[in-house]
Amino acid sequence: MHDEARPEVGAHAAEPGSRPLPAWSLPKDQAERIALPMEWPERVDREWAWGGSTGEGVRVCILDSGVEPTHPLVGGLESAVTIAVDEDGETLVTEDDVGDLSGHGTACAGIVRAVAPGCSLSSVRVLGQGFKGTGNILLAGLRHAVDEGFDLINMSLSTTKKPFAAILHELADSAYFRRTVLVASAHNMPVESYPWKFSSVISVGSHEEEDPLAFFYNPNPPVEFFARGVGVEVPWLGGRSSVVSGNSFATPHVTGICALILAKHPELTPFQLKNVLYLTATNVGGGQ
Amino acid sequence: MTDDGELRAAVASGVVGSTESFQELLGAIVHVARSIFGAKASSILLLDEEAGELVFEAVVGEGEESLLGTRFPADHGIAGWVLATRTPLVIEDVEQDPRHARDVAEGTGYVPKGIMAAPLLTEDAALGVLSVLDRPEQSLFSLQEMELLGLFANQAAIAVDLLQRARHAERILQDEGDLAVVARLAAAVNALEDERREAGLRLLRALAATLGDAGG
Repeated sequence: MHDEARPEVGAHAAEPGSRPLPAWSLPKDQAERIALPMEWPERVDREWAWGGSTGEGVRVCILDSGVEPTHPLVGGLESAVTIAVDEDGETLVTEDDVGDLSGHGTACAGIVRAVAPGCSLSSVRVLGQGFKGTGNILLAGLRHAVDEGFDLINMSLSTTKKPFAAILHELADSAYFRRTVLVASAHNMPVESYPWKFSSVISVGSHEEEDPLAFFYNPNPPVEFFARGVGVEVPWLGGRSSVVSGNSFATPHVTGICALILAKHPELTPFQLKNVLYLTATNVGGGQ
Repeated sequence: MTDDGELRAAVASGVVGSTESFQELLGAIVHVARSIFGAKASSILLLDEEAGELVFEAVVGEGEESLLGTRFPADHGIAGWVLATRTPLVIEDVEQDPRHARDVAEGTGYVPKGIMAAPLLTEDAALGVLSVLDRPEQSLFSLQEMELLGLFANQAAIAVDLLQRARHAERILQDEGDLAVVARLAAAVNALEDERREAGLRLLRALAATLGDAGG
């Protein structure tokens, strides 16, 4: 991010070459080693959080139906791969020359690009390999994206398949500890679905306002934030555009805002990032 | 479904014969959906998992006659996305999208401009997609409508689930599976009247008791 290397997990304020801290405890004489390097203002507001930021240097992954790379509102991709799972359960990752099969991924990419024009976008396509095995491909795609070390993964999709819930949960947690933030669409139908319900991800539902930077903290989770999700103009297939609604499109708004924040404050952990989101939400003090 | 469950379903279906009623229910759902949203058309697409295709199971409005029974790949287009991701979605000007037009409007001459689509979900499966095409252009889409669409989709999912169970049972009745004979017996005895029915039931009870003894 920016020009500096991304901090390693647990590397805050550690002396170069010094022994890592024990993972589960903090000896008395070690407390100063985890002093946080950044100064937090008395009041966190949007100016502090992302003022002047374009998201530059932040790597965002769109886990979806693919992204049309040549669309002017997408503005190019860092990488695009497609995921398949063979008969032995092995994941196959290949360069994607198909683009987008439904328009959905392109729309999500365009929203992130509009909010954070400087960020880097990549596509991991997990749809369009036939209907069978979509759950396994989704898991394999997410695992690949986490392994790639993206800063943010936009997941405007969910699965209702219970057998996948435990593995998804594990993946979401491992992403959280590796500083990859999953931003996931909440389901707006009364069904159990994943991964948005896991507390290690940022879950997003829709509001009806037009401001792309208006987002609300929800004091009644599991949905944590509401962002713009109704009547959103987005890029669509064939270089065209469309007007769309749904939580799918609220999610990339939050992904874009996270990219702005992380570009300005690359040291933030997912926990801290969620706090900044909370403090700068439209219905919380810093949102003014 | 367990063997026992299959048998029960087959017997129930043999007695009730309900496939048509569930199909009518699906038809009624798309009718109400179209009229509540003031839309030009509404349809229910069912997933044929074996073939990897979506099939038009109920259609009302534009394309009503030509679309019923037609199929397209389940992993393509907007319906495919909704199905695979189990997520509802509203798009207000699909007309511009040539690929979507090819998928859904092939052979009908009708290319929808707007589509609202929601997955038909049971506890852990996506059975198909409910779609509502071309709401009135002047009305702005609201979250309330999205919720309403979800409610319709839930109702449709229950109807589809029942329809699929009934079809499954029907297949068992039609000589598929070892236990078809039991379902046919149930249907036959149920069709008898008065003394013959009583005699038939006595016979079945005796058979059940004998088999019970044999089974230990």
